[in-house]
This record gives sequence, structure tokens and C-alpha cells, in this order.
Amino acid sequence: MKILVCISHVPDTTSKINFTADNAAFDTNGVQYIINPYDEFVLAKAMHLKEGLGASITVINVGTAETEPSLRKAMAIGADDAIRINAAPKDGFFVAQQIAEIARTNTYDLIFAGRESIDYNGGMVPGVLATLLDYNFINACVGLEIENTTATAQREIDGGSETLQANFPLVIAGQKGLTEEKDLRIPNMRGIMMARKKTLAILEPIETGDKTGSKGFEKPQENAACKMVAADNIDGLIDLLHNEAKVI
Amino acid sequence: MSVLVFAEVSEGKFKKNALEVVSYGKKLAEQLGTQLTAFTINAETPSELASYGADKIVTITNNALSSFDAKAIATVASQIAQKENSKVIIVDSSANGAYLAPIIAGQLAAGFASNVVELPISMEPFVVKRKAFSNKAFQHTEINTDIKIIGLAKNAFGVFETAGKGQEEAFSTELINTGVTTVSIQQATGKISIADAEIVVSGGRGLKGPEHWGLIEDLAAVLNAATACSKPVSDLGWRPHSEHVGQTGKPVASNLYIAIGVSGAIQHVAGINASKVKVVINTDPEAPFFKVADYGIVGDAFEVVPELIQKLQKFKTQNS
Repeated sequence: MKILVCISHVPDTTSKINFTADNAAFDTNGVQYIINPYDEFVLAKAMHLKEGLGASITVINVGTAETEPSLRKAMAIGADDAIRINAAPKDGFFVAQQIAEIARTNTYDLIFAGRESIDYNGGMVPGVLATLLDYNFINACVGLEIENTTATAQREIDGGSETLQANFPLVIAGQKGLTEEKDLRIPNMRGIMMARKKTLAILEPIETGDKTGSKGFEKPQENAACKMVAADNIDGLIDLLHNEAKVI
Repeated sequence: MSVLVFAEVSEGKFKKNALEVVSYGKKLAEQLGTQLTAFTINAETPSELASYGADKIVTITNNALSSFDAKAIATVASQIAQKENSKVIIVDSSANGAYLAPIIAGQLAAGFASNVVELPISMEPFVVKRKAFSNKAFQHTEINTDIKIIGLAKNAFGVFETAGKGQEEAFSTELINTGVTTVSIQQATGKISIADAEIVVSGGRGLKGPEHWGLIEDLAAVLNAATACSKPVSDLGWRPHSEHVGQTGKPVASNLYIAIGVSGAIQHVAGINASKVKVVINTDPEAPFFKVADYGIVGDAFEVVPELIQKLQKFKTQNS
């Protein structure tokens, strides 16, 4: 089984989000980067499949050289090799087109990606990728079993889940549940040493047209001060929710 | 030219999300000086959409689509978009909407912006405001393809009644064989989902253990609310993952969010920030959650919540 895992390199979940003075770009000053948490769940699932059924795992990122620590970390966790498409990603469509180009030549059975990245939250790479490749696609995947070349997967729906079946080749957009939090992989020293010797191929992007462009950012308005209600004034709280906020 | 929206039904009936995308689509169509086409699958009363502004209602009746087949529906959407010469396609941000939109984008080679919170900032160029950085910021995104796809954020725009022409037209097409089949659906019964709830009641580690969740459930019951929890609570196994709300859990965009014994870590707040009114009950007056809340009570949940439940019951009886 050949598996490709798409990895985003994103600001740590605790990061304060700031922008450059003209609000044109994200201010990376003092920001720590991590593997996108959704991608960590799918990477751990890929490792689980590799150990159980046998598989090769390639990890891929579309990004500049700064993203390489995340690819090295993925290899330290157990991916066999890595590909970096050397480009600052313009949007999700661009990323999907670049990954599709690689998948067309290398043909994978299973492509994993996180449901979305926690920075731009576009949530479009897996679906566009599957469509460009004409692979089957399951979104928001919270459970997966593989038998031969058939996947039985659970997808999260509003208010429950749904069990789906699909054959390879298949794109899975995963999230928590696909792997439990406690089963996430932390690289050990041996893995880190081995990762240094693994191949990280750097490829140039293909030419594509721009579909969307970023025109700047704004921060949410500061919340007005919280109205404090005394713990023995529950009637007061109910009154505020009913007459002022009008939510009950 | 037209604006096209997908109005999804659940068991034949339109959900709030569907009425919201129709309301949004109508306003957008007016600004573009064109008409709104809504398409819907297996709806009991498609004509309802006319009251929210649909000028044309394309109805599809097909048992093969009784379960959600994203690729098949995306293909139908693409066909209708071509037939109706739609330049903007709007989909909601439900689990199904988020599955559908990128496939349509791929099929039509169209630029897509998800989590859009309001009407476009400008039409020429076409720039929308969308949530980014997990609710910690907004991004202005220009879509520069001929066909533009918008994923409308939940509960961001609202539902408005506007008269549309409501001309109905049946659409039938040979469905493609998509390769993904639905085996079964596990719908939690008798519970309100976080996605659909107007009110969400959430508990954190301050509740000290899963045995105290009756408080959260009772408060949710009296408010007709969904129950949720913080990440540590789901990691500890006190509550199922499906209740975890926050940056890497489910997003919440309810009208009222009540957090009990949740400190308000930045990741939690990011996930629930789209809620309109936030109430925080916590013993710690320094809990960071108070900084982003609208109403706060410093107090012991085990004393405050039972009294709140009792008084809300009384309030409900008086106001019903």
C-alpha cells in the first residue's frame, strides 16, 4: 500500500495572531510552528496502517524551506520519505494542484490530509485534490478500516456519524477520532536520527493561474467588558439574558 | 446570469442553514442585479424557499440521493450552475456543505472561499470577508475566477424573509456512479446537535468528574440546548469526542454559549468565539474566559447551576 500524507506547517495553537503594520500579511515574529493538528491525526493513522498492514508513507508539503522541520518531524515519527514543493502556497486550490501533479506520477492508494489547516481554515485541499485526480473522497473522517483495497470509514455529520465504503484510490480528510489523542506519535531519539538520513526531495511547482488572492486581514473587535453578576443574583442573570441579550 | 444556492433538507424539511444561505443569496443577487436560483433535493415543500427570496426553485426528486452522496450532488450542482449561468454558488458550512463545496470548486475550476461571514466587501473585484486563524482573525479574500464559490459561515448572516418569484422547475439527470456508498447512518436520537443548537451548554474540568455531568445535561434540557465540553474533558474520557468544542474540535456559532468550569484557554475560545452571547460561570475570578465573555458569574458551579436550572424552569413556565 502506498500512502501519501499531506502536511501543513502552521502556527502553534497557543499563538497570538498578529499582522504586519499594513495588515497585509501574518506577522510570524515570535511564532512557533507545528504540524497542523488535523494532519497529526492522519499521520498517526497512516503509521498505524503501516505497522498493521504494511505500507510506504511519503509526506508532502507545499511551502518554502521554513516548513522543512515539520517534514523532518513527520519522518522522525515514521514516514519513509518527504517531498517539498518549493512555493509559498497561494491558496488551497494551488496546493491541491501541486499535490495532484505529484500523485499523477507516483500513484498512491491512499492520500491522507487533515480536514483543514488551523491557520487559513480553507478546508478545500482534500476535496479539490480528490476531484482533480478523480479519486474517491471522504471528508471529516473519524474512523477507518482497510481490507484489501476497500475502506470502510466513519464520517462526522451534524448530530452523528455515517459509515461509508469506498475503494482505492482514495483521499481521506481526517480529524480527531480517526486516531485517539493518546495514540498520537511523538518522535523518539532513534526516529529523529533516522529522519536525518531519509530523503527530502525538493521539487519546483507547476504553473497555475490564481483563483483567489489575499487582500489583507483584520482582527475581531475587542469584546466589551464582561458584565459580572453576583453568584446570589441568578434572577439578575436570567433578566439580562432575556431582556438585554434576548437569547432566552 | 444568476446566483445559485444549495438549500439542504433534513428528512424533507429545510434546516436553518438552508434558509440562511437562501437569505444571503437573495441579498447578493440583488446587489448583482440578478435573480436567485435555489436547488434542493427531496424537499417536501420546496415552495417555502420563495418566502426567503428564491426566484427560481430547481427541485430534484431522486431516491438515490436520500443519503448524502457528495460527489453526485456536486455534479448536479455543477450541471445546474451551467444551465442557469450561475456566477456565484453558495453552500452552507454544515458537515455536508463543507464536504460538497470543494468538490464543486474542483469540478468547475472555481475559486472558493469558506467561512464567509458577510456580504462581499466589493463586487469588482469580488472580495469577501472570511474567518481565518481559527476565529482569531478575518481574511479579505478576492475570488477572481468567472464562477465564484462561497461557503457561508454558520449563524453569521441570519435568516430574512423576502419575497422571491418562487418559480419551480423540476430537474432530472442521470446520476454518476461515485464510488462512495453509504452503509449506515448513526444519528444521535433525542439529542440536539451542537451544529443545529441555538444554545450550547459546555462543561470543563472545573466540574471535577464525569459523574457531575447531570448538571450540564439538566441545564441543557431546560434551555433546549446541546451539551459540549472542553478538550481536557474529552481527552480524559469524561465525555465523547463528538462533544469537544474548540480549535481542533467542533466549532460553535450558537446564539448563546454557557461555559461552566471552563478556564477559557485560547484554543477553546477560538472555537466558540462565533457565538453571539457568552456566559461564563467559574470559581476563579482570574479565569481568562471572563475577558471574552458577555456575562460572568464568579461562583461554585455546584451551587450556581442547580439554582439556575430551578429558576430557568420557573422562568419558562411563566413565559410560555
